[in-house]
Order: sequence, then structure tokens, then C-alpha cells
Amino acid sequence: MSIIRKLLLTGAGIAIAGGAALWFLSAPQTLDGAALAALGPGDAGRGEQVFWASGCASCHAAPGATGDDRLSLAGGVRLETPFGTFVAPNISQHPRDGIGGWSAQNLANAMMRGVSPDGSHYYPAFPYTSYVRMEPSDIADLHAFMTTLPQVEGAAAGHELAFPFNMRRGLGLWKRLYLDGAPAVALDNPSDQIARGQYLVEGPGHCGECHTPRNAIGGTDTAQWLAGAAAAEGTGNVPNITTGEGGIGDWSEADIVALLESGFTPDFDSVGGAMASVVRNMAELPQSDREAVAAYLKAIPGHPNGY
Amino acid sequence: MKLFALATVAFSIMVAGASADPIADRKENMKERGALMRILAPVAQGQQPFDAATVLDALEKLSANAEAATDIDALWPAGTESGDTKSSPRIWEDRAGYQAASDKFAADTAAAVEAAPQDIDAYRAVFGPVAANCGTCHEGYRL
Ligand code: HEC
Ligand code: HEC
Ligand code: HEC
Repeated sequence: MSIIRKLLLTGAGIAIAGGAALWFLSAPQTLDGAALAALGPGDAGRGEQVFWASGCASCHAAPGATGDDRLSLAGGVRLETPFGTFVAPNISQHPRDGIGGWSAQNLANAMMRGVSPDGSHYYPAFPYTSYVRMEPSDIADLHAFMTTLPQVEGAAAGHELAFPFNMRRGLGLWKRLYLDGAPAVALDNPSDQIARGQYLVEGPGHCGECHTPRNAIGGTDTAQWLAGAAAAEGTGNVPNITTGEGGIGDWSEADIVALLESGFTPDFDSVGGAMASVVRNMAELPQSDREAVAAYLKAIPGHPNGY
Repeated sequence: MKLFALATVAFSIMVAGASADPIADRKENMKERGALMRILAPVAQGQQPFDAATVLDALEKLSANAEAATDIDALWPAGTESGDTKSSPRIWEDRAGYQAASDKFAADTAAAVEAAPQDIDAYRAVFGPVAANCGTCHEGYRL
């Protein structure tokens, strides 16, 4: 056997062993029993607040929907990214086209582990990398609320992704790197208000998904948390919302609260793009929650523009 | 050759005459809206006292401003899609939709002037729909 052949064979052997390890490492992980037990029974009234705080309607209701149309979760919003176009699915209560038959456990595994009921990986265009920080009981409440929403017929179109991004299995490795649920910033002894703000921003509010820069394979860079980023979809930049250079250091907490409630910035420009829908969600929350978000944004480290 | 150069100059003056710089003009139009909202919004939010005359004056100016921007061919002509602008390409792709959004803003502002609100509740009732136009249009047609 020539040395070349030997080398090739060992190489192939390593590749096969490596492949098996990769296959194993990329296996979908679901929630453990303790997390599932923490789901609890679920309260639809509280779930409505969770629904608005977590912005499901921004992607799963019709684009630009207002009023009650935001509760019609037929999907269809197209998210154009460098990896291809993702189309948000129907998550209405329709038993065939939506998620009518789902249990709270199914929803928790989807939102906190990015795993579907049949055990495949979801793409992180569904922002479970933020939702993983949510309290399981909030997800149970959200599930209870969602069961009160209408059934809408019609499946949304499929994603338009090129190889290798159309291979869901590979996402397992990506998730090992970026799905950890650790806080994005470490805060020393935060007040109750700041801790609430941290929960809302880093968890359900998923503000970091748009406002934090990403690396080449799409992981958010927590060292530049909320420092602003090139927009994942379309063109332009998402602004820096830290107190650093280029950010919102000169905004008062009241200015931030006013923006989240009305969409107006301190110079009475009105935010548009993807933020318009975020404002419609945040406007549904109690004033104390908007104040908590503002207090948190003022408490975290400032960074210069991340784009 | 000389004639051609002259013709070019004349042509650019003609174009310039039509509108010096539509991108600058439309930004100026928008900035004026911001300035008027600075007067109108704090009253609606209860941070400034309601005064019927002040409010009506600002609403009239906003109405004139909105009316001016319904001429979308003057402010968003073909060829001004790129440059120092945050206008979305959708303005040119969906001309009818953008015209309708501009007309709706003008109609809502005109209705507010027409209503000439005399107390804070009447004012809030007409101001809400006016202000909603800003975010809705920026959501769809601004980058
Ligand atoms: C930024 C856009 C976005 C937001 C916000 C969002 N989703 Fe999604 N969601 C998606 C995309 C895209 C997918 C498809 C993922 C895939 O196919 O891998 C998805 C998939 C899902 C699925 C799986 C549906 C199925 O048929 O398997 C569920 C359930 C879901 N989302 C629920 C929610 C809930 C509940 C919320 C709010 C807490 C939410 N989503 C917020 C974009 C979003
Ligand atoms: C889907 C993407 C997305 C999400 C999620 C998002 N934002 Fe934004 N945000 C934007 C974009 C885009 C803008 C710029 C809008 C504009 O200029 O018209 C913006 C603007 C802002 C601004 C104004 C900054 C400035 O300098 O004008 C603030 C403050 C802000 N966002 C806070 C938040 C908070 C708090 C959250 C979470 C609750 C959040 N955003 C979630 C996309 C997003
Ligand atoms: C029919 C659509 C439409 C409506 C309604 C609208 N805007 Fe705009 N606005 C735009 C567009 C498009 C731009 C981007 C202009 C550009 O950069 O070319 C813009 C830009 C702006 C800017 C930034 C100007 C600059 O460059 O400094 C401000 C401020 C603004 N708008 C305020 C408002 C306010 C306040 C309202 C409501 C009273 C409003 N707009 C209503 C379409 C609209």
C-alpha cells in the first residue's frame, strides 16, 4: 500500500469518525423535565402581555398589520437575509396549517430550544436565541393566550435557501455555539426595575437580534451588545441604542419611554422600518415595562457604533 | 463642440429650475413636520397646556406641508432613488401605494384643521390619526 493511499485512508477514517461526532453533536436537544415542570398551567390573561412583549405578531401577522389583524397569525412575512429568504410560517390555531394541536411543551421546545415537535431544528430567523432566556411559566401563559386566537387557513410559502443553508441538521452545531441562554450583559446588583428591563430586552423583546452586530456565521457579538448593526434584511443600519458614541446617550429615560409608546424620537422623527412594528407591540405593555426597558438601556455598558 | 457644451449647461439649468435638489427638498419638508410635531405632540401627551389657537396654527402649517408633499413626482422624481437619502426603493416600485399614503396624510391633516378642536379631548381625537401616518409611512417607505 503506498503511503499516499494510507494517508488517504486514514483521512477518510478520520472524516467518517468526525462526521459521526458532528452528527451526534448536531442532534436536536429538547428541554429537560425540570424546565417542562416549570411550565405550570398557563394563564391566558398574562399570556397576552407575553405575546406583545415577545413580538410574535411582527413576523407571523400580515406585514404592516394593525389592530385586531395582529392576532391573525397566518405568517407569510418574508425575511430577506444573506443566507436566503425565510418565510414566517402560519402559527394560528388552525389544526392543519397552523399549530392548533400544539401543547405548551411543544411551544416551549420551539421557543427555547429551536426544536420542532418532530425533532428537527428551526432556523434562528425565529429568534429562539433570545427566547431561550424566557421564564418557562411565561411560555405556558403565552400558549394559553394563543389558544384563544383565531384559526387562519392556508400554509405560508416555504423558505428560499441555497445549499448548505437548506440543511437543517447543520444548525445543531451552530446552536451549540450560540444557544446558551446566558445573560447578554453582566450587571452588578441590578434593581428590580433594571432586572425586569434586562429580562424584557434580552429575552422576549429580542432587541439584540436587530441591534447587535453579528459575525460571519450569524452569531450575535455580545461584546458589542446593542451597539447597532448592519441590517440583516434589506439595506442600511440598525441604530446603536447604547449610551456610547453614536448611540442614545443624550436621550433621557423619558425619551426612550416616549419612543416605545408613540414611535417618536426626541426630535420628533418617527421610527420606521422594522422598528414601527416593535413600537406597536411595546405600546401594548404597561408603562412600568417601558420604563424598565429604558432603565436597563441606560444601565448597560456604552459602545461606539457596531457597524 | 462649444454649442454642445452650451446646450448641456442650458439643459442642466432647465432641470435645476424644475427642482434644485429634490432629495434636499423632501428632507426639508420632512424636517418641518418634525418641528411642528414638537409643538403638537407634547400637548396631546399632556406635557404642555392645550391652547386652541397655537394648536390650530401648527395644524394649518402641517396641512400645507402635507399638501405640498402630495406632488410626489416633484419630491420623489425618477433618478433620485439613490444618494444621500433614506427613501425606500418601494416608493418607485409601488408608486400608487406611495401616492395613496401621501394623500391619506394630507386628508387626515386637513380633517384636523377642519375640526378646529376647542378642547384637549377633541384635539386628541383628531391628532391621533394624523400622527399615526408618520410611523405607518416610514415603516413601508423609508429605510
Ligand atoms: C423575527 C421574526 C420572528 C419572530 C419575532 C417570531 N417568529 Fe416564529 N418563526 C419565524 C420563522 C422565520 C420561523 C420558521 C423557522 C424554521 O422554519 O426553521 C418561525 C417558526 C415558528 C414556529 C414553528 C412553526 C411550525 O409550523 O413548525 C412557531 C411555533 C413560532 N415560530 C412561534 C412564534 C411565537 C410564539 C413567537 C413570539 C413569541 C414568534 N414565533 C416570533 C420568525 C419569527
Ligand atoms: C426587527 C428588528 C428590530 C427589533 C427587534 C428592535 N429594533 Fe429598535 N430599531 C430597529 C430599526 C430598523 C430602527 C431604526 C428605525 C428608523 O430609524 O426609522 C430602530 C430604532 C430604535 C430606537 C431609536 C434609535 C435612534 O437613534 O433613533 C430605539 C431606542 C430602539 N430601536 C429600541 C429598541 C428596543 C428597546 C427594542 C426591543 C424591545 C428594539 N429596538 C427592537 C430595529 C429593531
Ligand atoms: C407618505 C409617507 C410619509 C409620511 C406620511 C411621513 N413621512 Fe417622514 N419621511 C418619509 C420618507 C420617504 C422619508 C425619507 C426622506 C429621504 O431621506 O429621502 C422621511 C423622512 C423623515 C424625517 C427625516 C428627515 C431628514 O432627513 O432629516 C423626519 C424627521 C420625518 N420624516 C418626520 C415625519 C413626521 C413627523 C411625520 C408625521 C407628521 C412624517 N414624517 C410623515 C415619508 C413620510
